[in-house]
Amino acid sequence: MSVFALVDCNNFYASCEKLFAPRLKNRPVVVLSNNDGCVVARSAEVKALGIPMGVPWFKIKDDARRHGIVAMSSNYALYADMSNRVVEVLSAFSPNIEVYSIDESFLELSGFGNLPGGLAVYGAEMRQRIADWLGLAVCVGIAPTKTLAKLANHCAKKNLAGADGVCDFTPLHPDDLTQLFDRIDVGEVWGIGRKINARLAAMGINTVRQLRDADAETLRSRFSVVVERTVRELRGLSCIDLQEVTPDKQQIISSRSFGQLIHDRVDLEEAVASYMAKAAEKLRAQDSLAGAVQVYIRTNIFKPETPQYQRAVTVPLPDATADTRVLTAWALRVLRRIYRTGYGYHKAGVMLADIAPRLSQQYSLFNAGAPRADALMRVVDGINQRYGRGLPQLAAEGIEQDWRMRRGNLSPGYTTDWRGLPKVKAQ
Amino acid sequence: MFGHFVPLPDAPRQYLPIDSTKVSAGFPSPAADYVDRSLDINEYLVRNPVSTFFFPVEGDSMEGAEIFDGDILVVDRSIKASHGHIVVAFVNGERLVKRLYHRAGKVALVAENSKYPPLVIHDGNELTVWGVVVGRFKRMV
Repeated sequence: MSVFALVDCNNFYASCEKLFAPRLKNRPVVVLSNNDGCVVARSAEVKALGIPMGVPWFKIKDDARRHGIVAMSSNYALYADMSNRVVEVLSAFSPNIEVYSIDESFLELSGFGNLPGGLAVYGAEMRQRIADWLGLAVCVGIAPTKTLAKLANHCAKKNLAGADGVCDFTPLHPDDLTQLFDRIDVGEVWGIGRKINARLAAMGINTVRQLRDADAETLRSRFSVVVERTVRELRGLSCIDLQEVTPDKQQIISSRSFGQLIHDRVDLEEAVASYMAKAAEKLRAQDSLAGAVQVYIRTNIFKPETPQYQRAVTVPLPDATADTRVLTAWALRVLRRIYRTGYGYHKAGVMLADIAPRLSQQYSLFNAGAPRADALMRVVDGINQRYGRGLPQLAAEGIEQDWRMRRGNLSPGYTTDWRGLPKVKAQ
Repeated sequence: MFGHFVPLPDAPRQYLPIDSTKVSAGFPSPAADYVDRSLDINEYLVRNPVSTFFFPVEGDSMEGAEIFDGDILVVDRSIKASHGHIVVAFVNGERLVKRLYHRAGKVALVAENSKYPPLVIHDGNELTVWGVVVGRFKRMV
């Protein structure tokens, strides 16, 4: 029998913020999305206040003031570093691990069942080590399939089953499991989104138990093979394997909305150049080359009363490349073609497409400079990784970067930037 | 039938590298078999990278323990803090570096400088021992 664990960090972004900032202890903390738009993470104190996920910050500003809620901008460098540390701690617990998202990992524990005390004790050890070593709280769900492990994790988090943040379905009696599934809404099942949930409700399927016991064939014909697979997984039949190696990205997108509307072409060019620098760095990190570049720009579609314009154009490149200079030159050429004066632009983005591994590439006879460009880009990436992003950059990215997104209350790079290290008082 | 090859005067030029493969000549180094890896200061200071964090010091209260203003502390959370360890602690909303005193049910944070009295932890104080200081470093130039 296969066994999986899903380990999920509690309130991950908010917990990372609290970890280094003692003044945030016991205070309600929210983390806001890009441009400080919406609530994307809530501390336990905020959840207790009943503030929902995804709500626009401006809508809850009055509540926030009344309750003393602290709003932080998203500090992705910090979250990514802490996430990597969590994965590293977990990789000592299983040789097979799938990093499912920034705060969730699946571990394969097949054959680990004979450990003293059983898998729940093993899960408790993971939880304890992450608390000790990283100061972060996690919940652990353990079950014979990934879908059930997700559900067990939900039970651990909501205290529906298991204890102390760990829930192991494997030793439970089938009747106990059935009783438990009776009490859980079908919408909590992995892969059952809002749309499917509504259609299931119309069929009279409201609980996890009803879904598990529904006719798989009927569900396949009404929905898809995916829903059928979910049903089989709920029955304990493992259908979804661990995905240990994330496949190389076939497209790399870098886009943002701006802090304020941009009218000037030069500002737009700086933004596009800077997004391209980021996208190209990702491209090189997976050791690939791009064969095509897309640029798009658009006005604020949420303000239909203002003049609207949007345009996206893709150009194929004569030689696949990962050279920021070449990619940026093409992106700017495209931008100049699609830019129209008289509009207030709200968002721009670049996409690298037609991506292939660098090693499968044959340099064309007339592109013999490529190996030297590779070497240059390695140096640029090395410096940026060591000393902080944007140290060597193309002049096209601009210096002032007025278009940059608003991150009004950004915590320092506590673990990723020498200048951001948290100071301790010797007083 | 193609006649002569005549380059256009304004054709774009493509320069080709002539030094992309280095060829070495001569006698191989007699030390080649004895090459050791070079020393890595990370390896010396950081035993457990995943649980190690850095904290710069502000102030003079730990000078008796040779921890000076501007030093960067190496803090390893995988070590369980106990009596006598120098620790980073969060107390009443502040990050502090102190020596941990924990004897007979009494907990205090002690400075290593007579100018600063010990901070005795009562129930009213919020104390979080964040991690154990295992080393320190500083760049001079």
